[in-house]
Amino acid sequence: MNKAFPIFGVLTAILLSYALYMALVGAPTEQTMGDVQRIFYYHVPSAWTAFILFTINFVASIVYLARRNPKADMVALVSAEVGVVFCTIVLVTGPIWARPVWGIWWTWDMRLTSTLVLWLIYLSYLMLRRYSASGQTPLLAAALAVLGALCVPFVYFSIWFFRTQHPQPVMGGGGSIDPRMLHVLLINWLAFSCFAFLVCWSRYRLEKIQRDVEEAQAMESLMEDPGSRR
Amino acid sequence: MPAPTGITRATLLKDLRLEWRSKDAINSMLFFSLLVVVVFSFSFDPNAEESRHIAGGLIWVAFLFAAVVALNQTWAREIRNQVLDAYRVSPAPANSLFVAKALGNFIFVTVLEALMTPLFIAFYQLRALGPAWQLLVVALLGTWALVVNGTFFAAMSLRTRSREIMLPLLLFPISIPAILAMVQATTSILNGEGARFWIVLLVTYDLVFTTVCLLLFETVLNAE
Repeated sequence: MNKAFPIFGVLTAILLSYALYMALVGAPTEQTMGDVQRIFYYHVPSAWTAFILFTINFVASIVYLARRNPKADMVALVSAEVGVVFCTIVLVTGPIWARPVWGIWWTWDMRLTSTLVLWLIYLSYLMLRRYSASGQTPLLAAALAVLGALCVPFVYFSIWFFRTQHPQPVMGGGGSIDPRMLHVLLINWLAFSCFAFLVCWSRYRLEKIQRDVEEAQAMESLMEDPGSRR
Repeated sequence: MPAPTGITRATLLKDLRLEWRSKDAINSMLFFSLLVVVVFSFSFDPNAEESRHIAGGLIWVAFLFAAVVALNQTWAREIRNQVLDAYRVSPAPANSLFVAKALGNFIFVTVLEALMTPLFIAFYQLRALGPAWQLLVVALLGTWALVVNGTFFAAMSLRTRSREIMLPLLLFPISIPAILAMVQATTSILNGEGARFWIVLLVTYDLVFTTVCLLLFETVLNAE
């Protein structure tokens, strides 16, 4: 495992640089929007990656509620943290693109609003993890994750009632995309997924080490002679 | 052992009697929402036509904030004298307690709404163009949505540091669809438009979240 990590890291770095090259140089320039459109190769893959991570969080939370396996809890924590980071990238790159193209930074349309609400829900998840006492955190967090994930369809349907201004989804939305652009998009998605996986992996290792240290410290203080306490 | 409904009834009656004698929750909620009404009417200074469009939002924001006041108190009194710990070791089902607490909060917030609505109507010169009885349906469904999640999250935030702040941080994001539905339904009815979609959404939201809260409450109550 210790060897696989740096190898995977180098591979991800190569893939990310290739994806960057393809996004900035390789992909054809969009006819009406021009170069601004290239942010799309970061925006969309980040969104997909974030949604996948939130799904992993939901599944891991259910597994934790059913099995009480600490590994599932760590997976849930890590996927939520990295998911929030990617969701933040989506929310930041979106307005940067929207300003020159739509002429506005933000609009309360369906996709923007539901992404924002999703971001808020997972931020509150991280807040709960931060503020609750350590022993009870995993259970409470898992319960919140289930409620939060169930909320997503409601968010989507309630905001669906407002007229949407966002471009149709690339996949399955009936919009047409140049096959070369799709190719670059998929490469970027692969690179972003690898990167997300890499970050999750290292965060998972960190969390594992942290918990081991805490456990060792707790054991140590139990073993200590009660007379020599500080 | 008494039946689960008996436990629910006993807990509910106890909470209602406590509230009747102390009037802690209702007083603070009433004063708080009165302040919100006054501050809002200063900040927006609306005429009758404008207020019809913003009243839905104002009313529900006021009730939402006021409900948080009641929800924060709901479990606090069970912490004193280790009542909650005693409940946990007793064989009584956790959900009876949850239903009692949720119903109690529902009654408190409904009473608050019944007292505050005339004031809102007077201050903002409201007159519904649509069927006003639907507002009652929206109010009951919306209040239940807030209260069922709120009771659940209040139990959850009991175990956190700075629990009074934690409750709104957990409750508001998850309640966004319900709040949107309540506000939009109220505004549509006030303006004489149909609110069927929002009412159906509220009913579904209530059903789903009541079920999940009941499924998960025991876990949260016993989390150690």
